[in-house]
This record gives sequence, structure tokens and C-alpha cells, in this order.
Amino acid sequence: MKIAVERAYGDAVEGEAVVSEEGFSPRYDLDRWSGTITKPGHKLEGTSLKDKICFFPTAKGGIAAGWAFYDIKWKKIAPKAFVFGVTNPVMVQGAVFAGITITEGWAPHPRGLIETGDWVRVDPAGKLVEVLRRRQ
Amino acid sequence: MELQPEERAILGGERGEAARRALEYQVKVGEFWGAKRFVPVTNAHMMGDIEVMGDGGLQWLKDTAALGARCAVGTTTNARCFDFAHCEELGQDAGEAAKERELIACLRRMDVVTTDTCINYQTVYQPHLGEHVAWGDTGTVIYANSVFGARSNFESGPAALAAAITGRTPEYGFHLDAHRRGSFTVELQATLDDLADWGALGKLVGEPHQSYFSVPVFHGYRRSPAADELKHLGAALASYGSMGMFHFVGVTPEAPSLDAALGGRSPAERIVITDADIERAYAGYRLGDGDARLVVFSGPQQSLFEMKQLAALFDGRKVKAGSRCFATTNGAVLAQARALGYAGTLEAAGVTLLEGVCFYILQNLSPMRVANGWTNLVSNSAKIVNIIGAHRFNTILRRTRDCVDIACTGVLK
Repeated sequence: MKIAVERAYGDAVEGEAVVSEEGFSPRYDLDRWSGTITKPGHKLEGTSLKDKICFFPTAKGGIAAGWAFYDIKWKKIAPKAFVFGVTNPVMVQGAVFAGITITEGWAPHPRGLIETGDWVRVDPAGKLVEVLRRRQ
Repeated sequence: MELQPEERAILGGERGEAARRALEYQVKVGEFWGAKRFVPVTNAHMMGDIEVMGDGGLQWLKDTAALGARCAVGTTTNARCFDFAHCEELGQDAGEAAKERELIACLRRMDVVTTDTCINYQTVYQPHLGEHVAWGDTGTVIYANSVFGARSNFESGPAALAAAITGRTPEYGFHLDAHRRGSFTVELQATLDDLADWGALGKLVGEPHQSYFSVPVFHGYRRSPAADELKHLGAALASYGSMGMFHFVGVTPEAPSLDAALGGRSPAERIVITDADIERAYAGYRLGDGDARLVVFSGPQQSLFEMKQLAALFDGRKVKAGSRCFATTNGAVLAQARALGYAGTLEAAGVTLLEGVCFYILQNLSPMRVANGWTNLVSNSAKIVNIIGAHRFNTILRRTRDCVDIACTGVLK
């Protein structure tokens, strides 16, 4: 299973997928001391993003991602990559600053094709996301 | 990206290592977005406080200052996480406060003007039509693009500081005409007489259209909106919709007409917002356990006119015993509010005035919530009721007068 991405930055990485139906903000949704989504009612509430490949349809709000990504990377609780359907400049500025792989735009949409727990690879140079193994 | 000789010289280290690193970083961001070149900026506004930066960010800042980083253009700071006069009373961490002081000193060494305000557009710098700036937070950017017709993307702290140091930013997003055209229309049949109504409008329009490049065009409103109304609208659109620009026909400079705002395109969608829609937005907030002991006027900081209105509403009343009410603003507004008596009236009523901060970024906010047993947070700011979720408040949007009543009676309706 392969998904093409439109724009990408960073090193090629692989890891466990976390697929969200809801958008993301490191400021609104994430506990930046544990790396866990803590916003009440968020569809991923209670999920740790540490070392994950995170699929989010959209980016929400926030200028703070610029420092927040660097902060969680410093604390060793950062995801390995963000794969966005649609993102905003701050997410990109933050990911580049922190050295976290980031992509935007996907074809086809990963809904139903990639599930949380699948092992995936993100290749920014090839602008490709690939499922290596299905969730056991 | 096509680089000018001066930019190649910066990458060659002619303006020092800090500028070289800053431009190198900007090139990577620009290339992601397909920017063809840099545009010069006249002003930068950056978020930088210990709560969001953490120890890693502070170390990076110290290293950057030690490399001799200096701002090439006027640069101001956004609201921060400590009002040092109140940090002990709020139970904030003394060690983190010391780091915040270190961080501020570091920024000043780089020639950053530490205004500590998220309403720089109301109190510090008003860019003109077409002026390129590098601003963050989101509320400042959407105001600059929409109300002034200036040009900025959301610039995170490191990105705004990089722009401040190099004096330029990659040309993508809202620096380009192509992204500034309206994409859908919003006819305003609603009355919108309270600031919270404007925030609710931003929520209703922003939430279902979460896209940075989605540009709503408001039209059909019965009167000319005031600056504070557009401020709450913009802050909410940016917060709920991640939007960086809107048009308001007959009000904002790039929208003399509906056609002009749309740039000749057909709108992807036509929405109508009525009073019933606004009421439904208020009705959508769960009251949780009914706790009404925390009322906040913040996010964005209060303008002088908001302080005046609050003073009038609180005059002769008292915040209910056991409840807390906070209003945050910047140093300039607070000084004038003191001189004009508004601050005195609010403090006499028991309102805590915090300077240079925004409530949602206060250091130690989650432990503060737990220590005080707060479960609900009531505010007239649609932005703050959205943004503060990670601290596990149940949030409730109410009109300004209702917020004041809730603060003084302890009764949540």
C-alpha cells in the first residue's frame, strides 16, 4: 500500500502509525510533558505520539508549534513524522526547526487504507508513504 | 529558491553565523512551500516564552544570542507566561520564572523589543496595505492580512526570529496575491452586538472549514464593525479554522466589493449566519458540574476599550467570594487603564489584572487548575475556550455581560 504526498521535508523514517480523523495542534491537544493527547473529547485522547508516524487531516490554530515541536524533541517524546492532509506554515516551520519529518497532501486519502498500529515508512525524497506491515 | 547576492552573502557567513543559520532554515521552509524567492520584511513579531520553548528552546536561544544574533528590523514579543508581580500568588514555579527572566534578557541582547503583547496591531505597530511582515501569534497575522491588508504568514517563534535576523521571509502563502482571494462567502444576518458573538461567528465559520488557505468573505452586515469586534472574529477564525485571512466587504481594504474580494472566482460555498446560529453556538457548551468559579477575559489581551467596558460592568459589584476573575492586557494598556481609573474599578471589584500574559499560556496552568479545583472556565473569548483544552478545562463561551454576572454571582447559566 503506497500513498503519494505533495510536499515533504526531512529524513526517511519508519514507525507505528497513528491515524486521526481529527486535526492536530501541539498546543491545544497535546500534553507536552508526556507526549500524550489530553484534550478532552479529542478522538485520540489518551494516545501517546512518541516515536509514532502521525496522520492528521488538518492542522489547528497555533503559532506555538514552532517551539513545541523542538521542545518535545528535546524531551525525547516527539513523533517520528507528521503526515498531514492539509497543514499550515507553523507546523512546517516547527518540524523543520526540530528536525522532524513532515509531509502535506496525500493521494489517495489514507482513510481505510492505513490504520493505527500499522508499521509505515515515510520517504520525503520519494514523496511517498508506504505500509510495511499490517497491525498484528 | 532564487537567491539575491545579499542572500548568498548571508549564506556565505558575511553577516555572521546566526544570520547564516537563520537563512539556511528559512530556505528549507521556503522550499517546502515552493517559494521562489525571499521578500524583505519591515517588522517581526515573535512568540517566545519558557512555557512554550522549554529548556531546549532556551538553550537554543542562548546559543543563538552567543553567536551574535541581532534583529535587522523592528521586532516585538507576543504575550508570555509570567506576570512576575503575580507568579507567587498564582503558585507558579520560581525556577521557571528565573528562566523566563533569563530568556527575556537574551531576547533584549538581540535587540528584540519585549512588548509581551498579542495585540501589537492595536497598540504597537500598524502595517500598511501591501507591507510584508513576519508575525505570530495567529490573531496578529489574520488581523494584519485582513484589516490592514499587510502580508504575513503564520510565523512561529523560530521563524519570526529568523525573519527578524535576516530581514526577509520566504515568499509563499499570504505574501502572494493568489492566496489572498476569497474562497467562500458568509452573509451576516446576525445582530452580533457582543464581542463573544463575533468569536462565536469565527467558530461557526472556522470549525467546518479548517484550512489555512480558506479565506471567508463576510458581507451583508448591517453596520461597520469596530476594531475589537474584528479582533475577536479574526482570533476565532484563526483558532478554529487555522485561517490566516478574511475579507469583510466594505470594511477591509482588499474587499471594496464582493467580486473584488473573490478576485473574479465563484465562491466554493455560500453560508448565511443568523441570530439563531449564534444562539445555537452558545447552547452547544456543556455546563459540566456547574462550577462557575473561574471567569477569564483574555486571549487576545484586552484593549483599552475592552478594559473600559469591563470597568463599567463591574463598577460597584464584587467577584463572588471563592471565585476568581482574571483580565489580561499589555503594559501600555494597563498603564492607561490605571491612569483612567478602569484598573482601579476592576481591582476594587476583585478582578485580578495580569500584565504581559495571556491566560492560556500561563506557566503551571494545569497544576493551578488542580490546586484550585477548577473544572469549568467561562470566558467571552471564543479563542480561549478552544485553545485551553489541553489543560483539561471544560470551557464555556458566554457574552461579556453574562461573564461578569457569572463572576459576581457564581451562578452558571
